[in-house]
Amino acid sequence: MKERLQELEQEALLKVEQAETIEELKSVRVEYLGKKGPITEVLRGMGKLPKEERPVIGQLANEVRERIADAIEEKQSRLEDEALEEQLKNEDIDVTLPGRPVQVGGPHLLTSIIEEIEDLFIGMGFEIKEGPEVETDYYNFEALNLPKGHPARDMQDTFYITEELLMRTHTSPVQARTMNAKNGKEPVKMICPGKVYRRDNDDATHSHQFTQIEGLLVDENVRMSDLKGVLQEFAAKMFGRERRIRLRPSFFPFTEPSVEMDISCKVCGGEGCSVCKGTGWIEILGAGMVHPNVLEMAGYDSEKYSGFAFGMGPERIAMLKHGIDDIRHFYTNDVRFLKQYHNA
Amino acid sequence: MLISLNWLKELVDISGYTTEELSEIITKTGIEVDGISEPEELPQGVVVGNIISCEQHPDADKLSLCQVDTGEETLQIACGAPNVKAGQKVAVAKPGAVLPGNFKIKKTKLRGEESNGMICSLQELGVNEEDVPEAFKDGIFVFPEDTETGEDAVKLLNLDDSVLELDVTPNRADVLSMVGMAYETAAALDRNYTLERPSYEEAKDKADSDVAVKIVDKEANPYYGAFVVQDVEVKESPLWLKNRLMAAGTRPVNNVVDITNYVLLEYGQPLHAFDRDRFNSDMIVTRYAEEGEILETLDGKMRTLSPHHLVITNGEKAHALAGVMGGKESEVHEGTTDLLLEAAYFDPQVVRQSANDHELRSESSVRFEKGLDVNRVAQAGERACELLQKYAGATILKGIAEEDHLSRKETVIRMETSRLNDRLGTKMEVQDVKNVLRRLQFEYEEKKGVFDVQIPSRRFDISIFEDMLEETARIYGYDHIPYTLPEDSGQAGGLTEEQRLKRNVKTFLEGAGLSETITYSLTDEKSAEEMISPELKDEQHGAIRLAMPMSEDHSHLRLSILPELLRTHSYNTARQQQNLAYYELGKVFISREDEHVQQPKEVLRAAGAVSGEWVANPWQQEKKEADFFVVKGIVEEMAGRLGLSFTYVKGEVQGMHPGRTALVICNGKTIGFMGQVHPRYQKTHDLKETYVFDLNMDLLLNLYEREETFVKIPKFPSVSRDIALVVDEKTSAGEIEETILTTGAPLIKQVRVFDVYQGEHLDPGEKSIAFRLLYQNPERTLKDKEVEEAHGAILEAVAEKHDARLRQ
Repeated sequence: MKERLQELEQEALLKVEQAETIEELKSVRVEYLGKKGPITEVLRGMGKLPKEERPVIGQLANEVRERIADAIEEKQSRLEDEALEEQLKNEDIDVTLPGRPVQVGGPHLLTSIIEEIEDLFIGMGFEIKEGPEVETDYYNFEALNLPKGHPARDMQDTFYITEELLMRTHTSPVQARTMNAKNGKEPVKMICPGKVYRRDNDDATHSHQFTQIEGLLVDENVRMSDLKGVLQEFAAKMFGRERRIRLRPSFFPFTEPSVEMDISCKVCGGEGCSVCKGTGWIEILGAGMVHPNVLEMAGYDSEKYSGFAFGMGPERIAMLKHGIDDIRHFYTNDVRFLKQYHNA
Repeated sequence: MLISLNWLKELVDISGYTTEELSEIITKTGIEVDGISEPEELPQGVVVGNIISCEQHPDADKLSLCQVDTGEETLQIACGAPNVKAGQKVAVAKPGAVLPGNFKIKKTKLRGEESNGMICSLQELGVNEEDVPEAFKDGIFVFPEDTETGEDAVKLLNLDDSVLELDVTPNRADVLSMVGMAYETAAALDRNYTLERPSYEEAKDKADSDVAVKIVDKEANPYYGAFVVQDVEVKESPLWLKNRLMAAGTRPVNNVVDITNYVLLEYGQPLHAFDRDRFNSDMIVTRYAEEGEILETLDGKMRTLSPHHLVITNGEKAHALAGVMGGKESEVHEGTTDLLLEAAYFDPQVVRQSANDHELRSESSVRFEKGLDVNRVAQAGERACELLQKYAGATILKGIAEEDHLSRKETVIRMETSRLNDRLGTKMEVQDVKNVLRRLQFEYEEKKGVFDVQIPSRRFDISIFEDMLEETARIYGYDHIPYTLPEDSGQAGGLTEEQRLKRNVKTFLEGAGLSETITYSLTDEKSAEEMISPELKDEQHGAIRLAMPMSEDHSHLRLSILPELLRTHSYNTARQQQNLAYYELGKVFISREDEHVQQPKEVLRAAGAVSGEWVANPWQQEKKEADFFVVKGIVEEMAGRLGLSFTYVKGEVQGMHPGRTALVICNGKTIGFMGQVHPRYQKTHDLKETYVFDLNMDLLLNLYEREETFVKIPKFPSVSRDIALVVDEKTSAGEIEETILTTGAPLIKQVRVFDVYQGEHLDPGEKSIAFRLLYQNPERTLKDKEVEEAHGAILEAVAEKHDARLRQ
């Protein structure tokens, strides 16, 4: 019987090897391992064997059976792999055809710049404040140390609606409103981005509508050196650590001292070139220590409290950063312009 | 303001600095240098020549042949200028000379005659056309007779001068003069400067016996002084004076006018010279004009005056608009012999008013408006007298006829060194502060670091401690202030809930395929009244108009974002940009009453517009044009993002398609609308079929509630059933959906339309709507029987309410 089993094994393994299709393999399985197959038959005839041989033969029969089954299994997965490969060969596509379009929009460049600046100041503990775009003469001018008839009102040609109502010419009224709301007691630390309006003819460098971001910190013992530190931090994050800043005297009615901040020119690194008009510096923003009149008008004791304020134009920053040559691009909304900055 | 360095260097020592270095220092200490004009190419080899003879060229009508003595030799030069004459001293470019533009002068022959050089016009020497005196505009330049032959013409003409263009801030009116700039430069460079008192010989007769001054309104005119100047010879000014005027951008006229202009530039004090005979009075009266009074000004224009315009009169009629411009009648002319020279102080606002009303901004008015040194008014007049005596041979009567109400109170400011350091964050020593004050030439008393600083009247911009803080900081140097960070109370920065939501809405809309735009808030009158959302329609009182718009295109405040947003669509469509999907988040302005006295209510809105293909450039799939449901999908999803649910009812909005417009409703309130732009509007605005939405963000942000609690993910399977219902074509899907949801509660979780059909398999006037219904019980697996029961009830209800039958 032992010989018979070995013979069957040889026979079956040979057929497995010769099988070329899954169907052929299937019939090998049925033939040798089926209920009516020769191995089952051997097992059935075991009753005739001497008692001590039975386990030996039984074990051998199971081993043979397992080895045949393994061989079939192995062969089957090989045949399946081959069949799959054959099939995939006929399934290739032109990978250079375009993908299905995904419709995605994006933010306006000015929004990107404004949000970047917002996040930067939020990181330094500033809040974001907003205010009305149609302002009263009081908040737009008077509360900022610009009484009626002040010559510096000429610096900002204003769209008036009535004598007392106007399109705000800067976002500074939000500072006055925020200070007023604190009743001259609590510190203020905020920036206010928003739209502002000036009575200008639209051209490459002027727009009757543009945006501004102003910042204000009022507290006890605020120093000019703090302004310098905060602005340097801003410039480093916005324009890069390698850029230097400088302050030079300027004039705004609501700050004293008033300064203008320049950053070193990116193109020439400060040597002087056409971009910076040979000065090596590019003007970025105006700033200063809050004028005592402004503090007093908002109810703060200017002996005890001091503060700094700064204001900048996102259009100017965007134009400098991206080399945009005409401010009107921001408001024409040419789709070819907008899409350039969707990843900005 | 233009500063000639050749002039400045006669007042202050600026040696040791290049023009660029000087500009940098001046800019950093306080006055921004906006531009530098340096002579790029100086003419070389140009000298003063004496024309010995001048004859007609034998063979050319328009040329003269001149024999010119250049000091070293006599040259024959052909000259085409109409004003060339024998005996003139002229600028001669000798052979070998180089003129601007790399123009080399060579010996040549013109029509057979030798020409060994060129007699030059100012333009040929590089002077700007507008700076050339009238007399020499169309010909060569002629030097005064007493000019030395052979001298360097470039030096004489001041062509080697560098000019700084200053951008002076309104507070620093003190530097709108050479004297002011000399003080400023001296402080910046730490060098010396003192203004010397003018001196001249006075006649015996006294000015105030000759003429009387009377001021009617001493607020408007606190000081008026008149010098009496006699026997002047009106002629050309000396060359140096003309050069300085030209360098400052002022054109020379005659010696009298030039001297008043020169003193204006030097002292910053405007002066005016009246022709005494034509002024025709021994009395000068300054008063407000009468209503309708007429004055012909120097520019030849007739000015109609009102009672807030200050005038200088001869007791009867106006001869000058105070501080702005003199009158034509008493203008200095060639035959003038006697002058009344005005040195006055007018109220800045009064001058400003006159200048504004007559649109006459002059070098004078600007200085009056910004303020003058009260102690230099009369002194400037003396300076003019000094020059008139020297260059016009004038006799000056003794003293001055004046009326004086000017306050000359001295300002003293207390400045503690410790307080300076506290405010600036510096560690200045007392000696540092002393150095600053020495450089500024401010006098002071100091005790233990506390300074009492006496502010000179020329610095009328300084009145409080903070002004001195600035003076100290700028002279000490902003570069010397350290970088620190605020030692504040440590507020945590961040966005408010509303700001965070706004950013989320933007991100969502961009993800949904829309590009953000920013359009103008100011629009034209017609657009301002279009496409106003129904919930605003009732409360608004018309679009607000600007008092003085720049153009009618931007004259009114918008009541809807859409018209300007659609303008963007027209603009892009006209530029072959076909598939457009835009949104804007911005404010509209709702007036509270007709007079627009109160601030309007500003409402934040989110508006969008879509046209063209929604799925652009598809292949192997159908093109999808933007339509109502594309926009509705965006609006619905936005509601979902905010945790809200919107319903939609048909509605009408001006400017919108009457059959394809829906009002968007949330919690029973209209919060905006959406739909197709009216085809007529589309046509007039060159738009393709365009779909829009416009939602009230203020209302939406108010309705939003932050969802905090976790809703369990259902563990048990749901069961879905599809039904197709045949109904009358007027029945809306929304009504049926509503019935299904109410009847099927609580098992029904979702109803979704997946097909709408109308056509040959149905009767006319009927349509079929296919819904997919989803049943689910969060607690356990649903039994078939439960679903059947609920489903049956739904079918009964829709049959009853909407006359709907199942489509077979």
